[in-house]
Amino acid sequence: MENAETPKKSTDAAVEAEAARRSRRAFIGWGLAGLAGLSGWGWLVSRPGEGGVPGPLRRVLELNEKVSSAYFRETRLAPEFARSRATTPRVNGKYGLEDELDPATWRLRVQNADGQTREFTLADIRRLPKIDMVTELKCIEGWSVIVHWAGARLVDFLTQNQLTNSAPYLLLQTPNEKYYVGLDRKSALHSQTLLCYEMNGRPLTPAHGAPLRLVTPLKYGIKHLKRLGSIAFTQERPKDFWAERGYDWDSGH
Amino acid sequence: MKRLVEKHPLAIRWFHWVNFPVLSLMIWSGLWIYWANDVYRLGWGDTTVLKFFPKSFYGAFDVPFKLAKGMAWHFVLMWVFFINGLLYVLYTAFSGEWRYLLPNRHSWREAVQVTLHDLGLRKTAPPVRKYNGAQQIAYSAVILMGLGSLLTGLAIYKPTQLAWLTTLLGGYEFARILHFALTIGYVLFFLVHVAQVMRAGWNNFRGMVAGFEVAEAAEPALKDK
Repeated sequence: MENAETPKKSTDAAVEAEAARRSRRAFIGWGLAGLAGLSGWGWLVSRPGEGGVPGPLRRVLELNEKVSSAYFRETRLAPEFARSRATTPRVNGKYGLEDELDPATWRLRVQNADGQTREFTLADIRRLPKIDMVTELKCIEGWSVIVHWAGARLVDFLTQNQLTNSAPYLLLQTPNEKYYVGLDRKSALHSQTLLCYEMNGRPLTPAHGAPLRLVTPLKYGIKHLKRLGSIAFTQERPKDFWAERGYDWDSGH
Repeated sequence: MKRLVEKHPLAIRWFHWVNFPVLSLMIWSGLWIYWANDVYRLGWGDTTVLKFFPKSFYGAFDVPFKLAKGMAWHFVLMWVFFINGLLYVLYTAFSGEWRYLLPNRHSWREAVQVTLHDLGLRKTAPPVRKYNGAQQIAYSAVILMGLGSLLTGLAIYKPTQLAWLTTLLGGYEFARILHFALTIGYVLFFLVHVAQVMRAGWNNFRGMVAGFEVAEAAEPALKDK
């Protein structure tokens, strides 16, 4: 044993002294490591940030986003389920739905790359190929429900109207601009990202986002914007209602 | 005559003591997340034996309305939990420590003996080795639980990109239940672990801090070096 005294000189007292010396050293060492950890923690939580989430944590969330974006494949699809399993999700958010909506005057306004705005009616959206999709809606709170959605693919809408461009982000807003979500281009153009007008075989009710809402099983429910009013392409990462309130901007699945 | 016997290598002690606060914070932030949809309970039909968790519990630990913060911390510390766990597994694999830790065909019978002895139902003391059968099973199981938390966590973190994993683990909702159950498992592990460390005494505890134990010279060396 390299740390034991040689047997002839060794006494219990010498062993105890050695044990005490090593213990002292070890406990002081771990104590200092613990203090260093605690002060690092103190520094971390004192950093300014958004929505109560310190800056360094945001940087790590952005790193997570880079990692999952690198792993992302357009071909990976959210699982689909039997229509018989579909139920109605509870109404969980009313932000952006504060005012009465007149369906007759509603338009979807899309700003293209050169800043020009074009307007579309619900009939324009309905003319596109209709996609039925039975997927699991996952709320960021932790619950999930299977829902049968129907609508047009966002990517079909954009290509058919020559609206696609290379901007890396999209900003979606309600008509009153009180609720808004940011999407990365890859998620927005995914084949399961829909401009949805039907839920469980019926037209959307106002509480669920009539006349048109976003549905994408690539994101948590917070990104499923109800009562879509406008879409804009952006070069910079757009604002996002819940990211401003402490949630992950990406919130991607 | 007494002598010092080397017990836990410094690396093992680091992994152990880094894991303790990190896993605690993972459980803590996990609790903030769980609160937002706290639907689990032990019971049947309309009878609930234990609700996870009672209001008083949330109140005592100031849990409510911290979902966003909980998610942020959880998705930062997951890296530390993962890397520390991975390094531990690699270290035990390459250093040969796994020989002491992995259960063998005698471990199960010995674990029963240890349990009976510790409950005061069996007089004969179990053999004193670095890890007895019960410890081998417990410490190996907790690593598998760590892997389970990692996989169920990924399954509910990226259920579309990792849909194969989510489906393999019984779907989104079931994977979330597993993730929660494993967490309860850590808490139970912790309670038994701390009780056993207190029973075993100072010499044993110091082994995980300073790395050595004081042994009577007559006893065989714990490690044959």
